[in-house]
Amino acid sequence: MKPAIAKRGNHQDFNETGAVSAAIGIGNCFHCGLPVPVELGLSVSIDGVNRPMCCHGCQAVAEAIVASGNTNFYRVRTEVSSTAQGLVPEFQRATEVYDVPEIQGQFVHSLGADMREASLILEGITCAACIWLNEQYIAGLPGVTDVRVNYATQRALVRWDEKQIKLSEILQSIQKIGYRALPYNPDQQQESHRQQRRLQLRRLAVAGLFGMQVMMISISLYAGAWSGMEASFQQFFRWLSLGLTLPVILYSATPFFMSAGRDLARRQVGMDVPVSLAIGIAFASSAWATINGQGEIYFDSVVMFVFFLSASRYFENMARQRCAASIEQLAQSLPVVTTRLAPDGGAEESVAAATLAIGDRVLVRPGETVPADGEIISGFSALDESLLNGESIPVDKSVGDRLLGGSINVTNPLQMEVKSVGADTVIAEIQRTIERAQAEKLPLARLADRVAARFISLVLLIVVSVAIFWWLHDAERWFEIALAVLIVSCPCALSLATPTAISASLGKLQSAGLLVKRGSALENLNRITHVVFDKTGTLTRGRPRLERVICSPEYDRGQCLQIAAALEQHSEHPLARVLVQEAGVLEKRKLTRIASTAGGGICASIDDVDYFIGNGSYIASHSNAEIPTQWLEEIATDAVTTVVLARADRVIAMFTFVDDLREDAKTLITHLQTLGKSVILMTGDGDAAARRLADLTGISDYRVQMSPRAKMEAVQALQRESSVVLMIGDGVNDAPVLASADVSIAMGGASSLAKTSADIVLTANHLPAIAQSMIVAARTQRIIYQNMGWALMYNFGAIPVAAIGLIAPWLAAIGMSISSLLVVLNALRLTR
Amino acid sequence: MEIIYLLIPISLILLGVIVWILLWAVRDGQYDDLEGPAHRILMDEDRIVEPQKKKPAGSAG
Repeated sequence: MKPAIAKRGNHQDFNETGAVSAAIGIGNCFHCGLPVPVELGLSVSIDGVNRPMCCHGCQAVAEAIVASGNTNFYRVRTEVSSTAQGLVPEFQRATEVYDVPEIQGQFVHSLGADMREASLILEGITCAACIWLNEQYIAGLPGVTDVRVNYATQRALVRWDEKQIKLSEILQSIQKIGYRALPYNPDQQQESHRQQRRLQLRRLAVAGLFGMQVMMISISLYAGAWSGMEASFQQFFRWLSLGLTLPVILYSATPFFMSAGRDLARRQVGMDVPVSLAIGIAFASSAWATINGQGEIYFDSVVMFVFFLSASRYFENMARQRCAASIEQLAQSLPVVTTRLAPDGGAEESVAAATLAIGDRVLVRPGETVPADGEIISGFSALDESLLNGESIPVDKSVGDRLLGGSINVTNPLQMEVKSVGADTVIAEIQRTIERAQAEKLPLARLADRVAARFISLVLLIVVSVAIFWWLHDAERWFEIALAVLIVSCPCALSLATPTAISASLGKLQSAGLLVKRGSALENLNRITHVVFDKTGTLTRGRPRLERVICSPEYDRGQCLQIAAALEQHSEHPLARVLVQEAGVLEKRKLTRIASTAGGGICASIDDVDYFIGNGSYIASHSNAEIPTQWLEEIATDAVTTVVLARADRVIAMFTFVDDLREDAKTLITHLQTLGKSVILMTGDGDAAARRLADLTGISDYRVQMSPRAKMEAVQALQRESSVVLMIGDGVNDAPVLASADVSIAMGGASSLAKTSADIVLTANHLPAIAQSMIVAARTQRIIYQNMGWALMYNFGAIPVAAIGLIAPWLAAIGMSISSLLVVLNALRLTR
Repeated sequence: MEIIYLLIPISLILLGVIVWILLWAVRDGQYDDLEGPAHRILMDEDRIVEPQKKKPAGSAG
């Protein structure tokens, strides 16, 4: 009973907790690994053991996972899960619109009477086990017939029976196990990306398979030339090579020829011109030699060259397309459904946002996203534009003000008139800017192109003069020598030098958890002198914990929290979220006269009393209240972040927060310092909190109470002193600062715009990867220079020797192959 | 040595079959996700509790 034994062996493995889950300490949440607040006492029984949970969200998720019988997830996962957000009723309502047939038309394909199919974007995936859990869980839902998750893109393809389950129920079920899923509409661009990828892969496969055969035959020809071979066999083999090379030339090499043709039509000399010239001439002369039955053949060089070049382009393209996927998330921030008003202002009608036209009147309720750019025609409200400009505090707008698609209406219902839709909106423009930046070529690659362009013009000149010289002096040898010069000078190695090194290092960085979106970041990373951290969420866990509430005598803790939460309920600031969460169920209060200051605080009236909430300097400048000195003394020793709640004349309460340091922050900073980088901490928080953090991590230069603007100016000031700045950020108000730095890294949990404006996204929750990226960047640069140096040296060294007729064409072909091979192998060292 | 006139055409037919299979696999989308199957094969084996919908198939182990 061999299988049974094997199964039992596995079974014992199951009973262990699993490496990641076991590494979570007693006082930490078993689901997400965050510290558990002492008084909370939440737990879930997983495989008979009570595991602590840090919040109701994680508890609900863990219970759903246990109830569905997927506790294996906790044993096989290799990363802790992301903290559950808790069920948002708004999300549930939002998902129901996907059941409307007109809306479904955009996302859902019908397969027969009741079968439906849709692609879903999954958010919150941290490791392969998450994908396993999602597959198991979704497949277990009654009515779901098939589910497949793509590991690379984190997209799921789901098929279900419309009679048994609705799409909204699937989406809500996924939410229950702690992930977020939204249907998406793979647009034409993605579809063409996919087609392009497959076409490239097919070309690569053809080049590889036929190439192997040609190589094998070449080896017998080389061996035959050495030990003697019957002429009939030799000729048979040569014809065979010709036949086998033909598909490679006609199918795999067409992109090179087409691109070279385009270059020539525009009177430019790009990299593909010498490449196609080399392929074309080597193939033509070999074919001629085969037909004539004399002369050398170079089919092996041709196929090898095409294969290597196709492979490096394929990998480069893959890396670029992976980055394009992160942009799609931004497109998802526009709402799919919106409420259109009839022109006479009466009837409301739910329509897909994509069908809106200029001049339509739209109703935007509080909590909804503005569907297109436009103008307010009635009502006034506060709008959260954090996705578009990084401003975390909502802006007040009233009749006649401009509304931006993608911003969120916070307080009151608005009627708007649509002014621009689709590609003309601001958010579409942002997307295009990002796409352009990503498509832009690496400066080093451009350099290689320029060098090669000059080089090829020079080479063609040399070939022509050599041919003329020999034709005049020794008319019999002119073709052989001119051909040898051309083959020897083929810039194959030169054209492989950069792309192979870059694709190798992008792959290396990706496996380390860094998604490089802009190729130029690789080059700049190498020159970094200053590393600037934005405190919130980068060095800390990014989840502040409310530590103390100090109240003035006439209020109690609960009242203070209620008022604070009422003021902060629409703010996306992390501290605001904590206050709202701590307050529990909010009492209904009417807020009026809301005004907010970026990086400062919020002021609003409740029952005609003005309240202010914000940091110390905001309170000092906006109200006459003073913080009692004994409060300051009380917290001075603790060094924590504070938020002050005040009325116009007196301070009501002070909230203190702590945010625990990440375990690996110290490792990263020590590593950066040993690499000789200056580490700076810039934070919007108070002096005490920053000092505590700086002391813990060993940062000597820290700057406090900085607004996003001040951070940007500080970065620019550093750049004026010819420093090269790496900015590591997180949170909504980082986007402009990230954009101003030479290289920017956004944490995986950062807001979508911060992520899209950053050059690099840290996908793994592992800080030391950043130091590693610098080492990889330095090695990449070194390897590119080595490759280009070697290629140029080989070409320039060999040309004179070939020109005086000392190199036979077959020797030149071997030289060409070996120099290309060396370049590829050298680049592959990066992946180790 | 004349046997190569038979063997080589046979190998070419094999090559044609291989190329055809590979092109079909690419078109079928089997190369769209190169990471997934590596994980999937390991984790499917680890399933002890089946999703409730289906009958517990491998309960004997």
